[in-house]
Amino acid sequence: MISLMKPLAGPPSDPSPGTAADLRAAAADAAPVGLGAFPMGVALGLLVVQSGLDPWWALVVSGLVFAGSLEFLMVGMVAAATPLGQIALAALLVNFRHVFYALSFPLHRVHGPLAKAYSTFALTDEAYAAASGGRARRWSRRRILALQALVHLAWTGGSVVGAFTAGLLPGPVEGLEFAVTALFTVLAIDAFHRHRDIPSPAAALGCAVLAGWLAPERMLPTAFLLFTLFLLARWALLRRRRR
Amino acid sequence: MTETGYLLAAVAVCAGITWALRALPFALLSRLRDSPVVAYLDTAMPLGVMVILAAYTLRGVDWGASASLVPTVSALAVTVGLHLWLRNAVASIFAGTAVYVAVLALVF
Repeated sequence: MISLMKPLAGPPSDPSPGTAADLRAAAADAAPVGLGAFPMGVALGLLVVQSGLDPWWALVVSGLVFAGSLEFLMVGMVAAATPLGQIALAALLVNFRHVFYALSFPLHRVHGPLAKAYSTFALTDEAYAAASGGRARRWSRRRILALQALVHLAWTGGSVVGAFTAGLLPGPVEGLEFAVTALFTVLAIDAFHRHRDIPSPAAALGCAVLAGWLAPERMLPTAFLLFTLFLLARWALLRRRRR
Repeated sequence: MTETGYLLAAVAVCAGITWALRALPFALLSRLRDSPVVAYLDTAMPLGVMVILAAYTLRGVDWGASASLVPTVSALAVTVGLHLWLRNAVASIFAGTAVYVAVLALVF
């Protein structure tokens, strides 16, 4: 939380001329992202409480993991007492895409080890989308950190609001867990718009069905393993054809 | 109630792996950029991973029982249809979930 507040408060002894303008620009960039992150945070908070966890876990999970889709998945997995190894594998595969964000995120603008640590920690899909592709190459460190901290605040704040208002509902709402299914469905459609491909998602669905039938207790790691093998085989075929 | 130590360990594992995936590549930039198989996995993997995750969340659905089938199929149809139409993730997720909750309440 300390690193979260730092870029917002700023050292009072350093009234450099750009501070207010930087914060205004960061707020303008963060607003559309935060408007999406806040209600999703509320949904996560509700899910935390409905999964039988103490509402404070919403703050811990959203504050410390800060990777939306993984958090939804993880809450369901811990509620089902899934082994840590399977949770680790899910974290690795769900967030593997972040490996490529280093290629164009302007981390060279963020000086200092603590600031770099926070900036990489908070390098979400949203932060990447807002601050990559060249337009952030001249942004100040303050502006980048403030953008990330504001999104973090919207997400964490939403989850806390959701978790602590869950008790106001007349009773547990049956079926709220479908939000996680809807989330991954939406992310799949978005991924399809970026990279139109039929064989891979069809094979992925086949791997999931096969894994659920062969190893229902280890469905997720089995499906990921089968799918990765499929992709590597397809890659080898494509490369051979190109030669 | 789930055990506190286990929950903390799960949070630590998820936070640690996520942070490592976000921070380490900055140290290995050139090697990643040059690997064609990594570039291929980057483009081809996300869609399939999301499909597997969506299927995983539906593992409890009994496809032969209408009480389980009808809410799932109608909510999926609303989510997909709305997202193809408006491309607003928050709207699609909230509408799909609302349909699921409503149909589930009606079917039972």
